[in-house]
Amino acid sequence: MRKTHEKLINENSTRLDGRKSNQLRPIKIEVGTLSNADGSAYIEQGKNKILAAVYGPKELHPKHRALPDRALLICRYHMAPFSVQERKSPAPSRREIEISKVIREALEPSVFVEYYPRTSIDIFIEVLQADGGTRCSGITVASLALADAGIPMHDLVSACAAGKVDGQLVLDLNDIEDKEGEADLPLALMPNLNAITLIQMDGDLSINEFEQTLNLAKEGCKQIHALQKDALKAKYAAVKEVVEEK
Amino acid sequence: MTTYFEKRQLVTPGDLLAEGKYRAGENTYKDDDKIYATRIGIANLEDTTIYVVALKAFYVPSVGDMVIGKIVEVGISIWIVDINAPYLAVLRASDVLDRPFNPRRDALPAIFDVNDLIIAKLVAYDRTHDPVLTVREPDLGKITRGQIVEVTPTKIPRIIGRKGSMISMIKKETKCQITIGQNGVILISGKTPEDERLAVMAIRKIEQESHTSGLTDRVTEMIRKEKEV
Repeated sequence: MRKTHEKLINENSTRLDGRKSNQLRPIKIEVGTLSNADGSAYIEQGKNKILAAVYGPKELHPKHRALPDRALLICRYHMAPFSVQERKSPAPSRREIEISKVIREALEPSVFVEYYPRTSIDIFIEVLQADGGTRCSGITVASLALADAGIPMHDLVSACAAGKVDGQLVLDLNDIEDKEGEADLPLALMPNLNAITLIQMDGDLSINEFEQTLNLAKEGCKQIHALQKDALKAKYAAVKEVVEEK
Repeated sequence: MTTYFEKRQLVTPGDLLAEGKYRAGENTYKDDDKIYATRIGIANLEDTTIYVVALKAFYVPSVGDMVIGKIVEVGISIWIVDINAPYLAVLRASDVLDRPFNPRRDALPAIFDVNDLIIAKLVAYDRTHDPVLTVREPDLGKITRGQIVEVTPTKIPRIIGRKGSMISMIKKETKCQITIGQNGVILISGKTPEDERLAVMAIRKIEQESHTSGLTDRVTEMIRKEKEV
């Protein structure tokens, strides 16, 4: 089934981009990137570059879509035409519509939607450059944009994938590992509550391997959570310093 | 009974703040015996209540609030008003007219038109109904002059100060009339543009340094210094 490809993991157990099996890609996060949105954030995870913007809660149009008991979360995950090697049509594809849905469902448990009935909270996730694992990075960055918009939340949502490549369990797969590897397991977690909000899997894993991969992904989420908190606090670092001077 | 934060610590959503018989105050929630933050902000403990002063939030309507809004739509017998909240507010024609509304005689755009700014008071609001405004009280109604400054609604209490100390000081020093909308919109009208500029400067300074102590004194000092120049 696998194409004859160079080995994804060499004899020193180093991956193609020089990472060890349990290592995340380098991550850079910025909060409050866009001044016109109510909340926004930007993430670079390896070669992934993703921007998220949040508007709301606000009056919902058309009104008949409004929910009487909670806010409607509207999520759009979109890949820019230039985000991949071969130009992608800007129209939302089947895949993007599906990912929008799973991201919405991954974020919804974290938001106090019941506080603001009849309103909508709009989340826009724009993938500027993609290199595998964009749904996870998208969830990570959208959660920060929600926090930046001042929307009350149970917890931040951190997301990270783990999988099996060349017979080894690895963390945070990139595009080629995802495509050529044996299995991929994206996971979204609310780390303080230890609650999983998204779990998907494709490929083959034994029950034993599944458990190990899940734990690996959880560890990855926790590392990302620490980076998320730092990024969120960094926006208000000046305020904090003033407070600490007191 | 343990708390997991230092006084006035910066916390993020989901941070565990305390465990035990505490009460969950503003911007926190309780799950079993654990209290977590729901917004980014500064954590505090008062008696047994744990609360977070949010650094960013939006205005949530509350009955009795004075707000400054913008007319966005003129209907048959109502105006729709944007009050910077998740919900648009409604102002009824009969409220303004002081007599039963007669669509053949009364033209609503002649009273308030789209883009007019009004000072109004919130008289009704709950989860199932949009906020309703009134202008039938002294000092309410259309804004005809002055400058508008917008701040995050969470900073409004700081601008007012303890028992109004901050705002009365600014009024006295700049000789401006200042109307504070609880929705984060502030109207400043002074005798000269220079007076208004001073008041705007003072409010911007408070917004930036809202979490420091001795702010009233520093703002007074700043205004006095600026007045000399």
